[in-house]
Amino acid sequence: MLHLLAEQDPGELVEGLTAVGRGIVYGGAAIGPGIGIGLVVGNAISAMARQPEAAGMVRTTMFLGIAFTEALALFGFVLAFIISG
Amino acid sequence: MILGLDFPPISHVVEWPTLFGGDTFGVNKVVLLMWISVALVFALFYAARSRRQLVPTGAQNVAESTIEFVEDQIVMQTMGPDGLRFTPFLLTLFTFILTCNIWGLVPGAQMPVNARIALPMFMALLVYVIYNAVGIIRNGPIKYLKSIMFIPGVPWPMYFLLTPIELITRFITQPLSLAVRLFANMLAGHLLLVSFAVITQALVTTTIIGGALPLALLIFLSAFELLVAFLQAYIFTILAAVYIDAAMHPQH
Repeated sequence: MLHLLAEQDPGELVEGLTAVGRGIVYGGAAIGPGIGIGLVVGNAISAMARQPEAAGMVRTTMFLGIAFTEALALFGFVLAFIISG
Repeated sequence: MILGLDFPPISHVVEWPTLFGGDTFGVNKVVLLMWISVALVFALFYAARSRRQLVPTGAQNVAESTIEFVEDQIVMQTMGPDGLRFTPFLLTLFTFILTCNIWGLVPGAQMPVNARIALPMFMALLVYVIYNAVGIIRNGPIKYLKSIMFIPGVPWPMYFLLTPIELITRFITQPLSLAVRLFANMLAGHLLLVSFAVITQALVTTTIIGGALPLALLIFLSAFELLVAFLQAYIFTILAAVYIDAAMHPQH
């Protein structure tokens, strides 16, 4: 294995590992916000179903909640592009 | 090369050659689209104002429903009647961001202006300056800082943990996330459309039937991007309103 790695062109190796790192960064950053947005929207829907007259207020707050939760995933997305070998 | 497809590198997708203006003040397609957006927004409200009628038609109709949307759905929901003074600012933000985002879907333009960080960053800095200025003018600098650093109703040892968090949130994370949210959403949408366009083109030239599915997805995603363009303009504006409101009325 080590022998194989030593024969590789180091630039190519770095490039490949960078691509893997980008994938891991964005994939990892998307896990938490994915769960979080699900929770936010799910609870907003049950609130709207219980009290349809409050739907307007709940919707505004829901979009705010989504925006705050989503920011983390977007930081990961931007970070994935910033990473370079 | 992914699965035999030659995807363009990201620099080919968002970077445009300078059209005129030299090195320092070079104007490329993105800047040109931004200027057109400014002119369009200005023209809309100017046209709505110059031919006022009791029963609105055309431009006046669009302008009035936009103003009503910003007033009812953004200002009244977050700041209350006290924030109606900020309606002109928020209205400008909303219409300008929306026009800039929609360029990503206009054939021939195909580039959301906010997919480059410069404009979102500038607008986030503008909001940052405004909400801090409003907080300082309304409450005085000392009371404003105190309201950020010491949240009422928590036992005092918690302040060792909460004060740094609140300071970092207010002065670093809020403007940063405001800019990055708009930028990253528009960039992601743009890349998605580019990827599907590349896939469609590659599959149509090999098998025409195989190209139908990515083409259908491309059309669906374009409709989705229209929703995202609107939603991001709405979210940017409503967050600006929330931040101004938080600076104006600190939690006692």
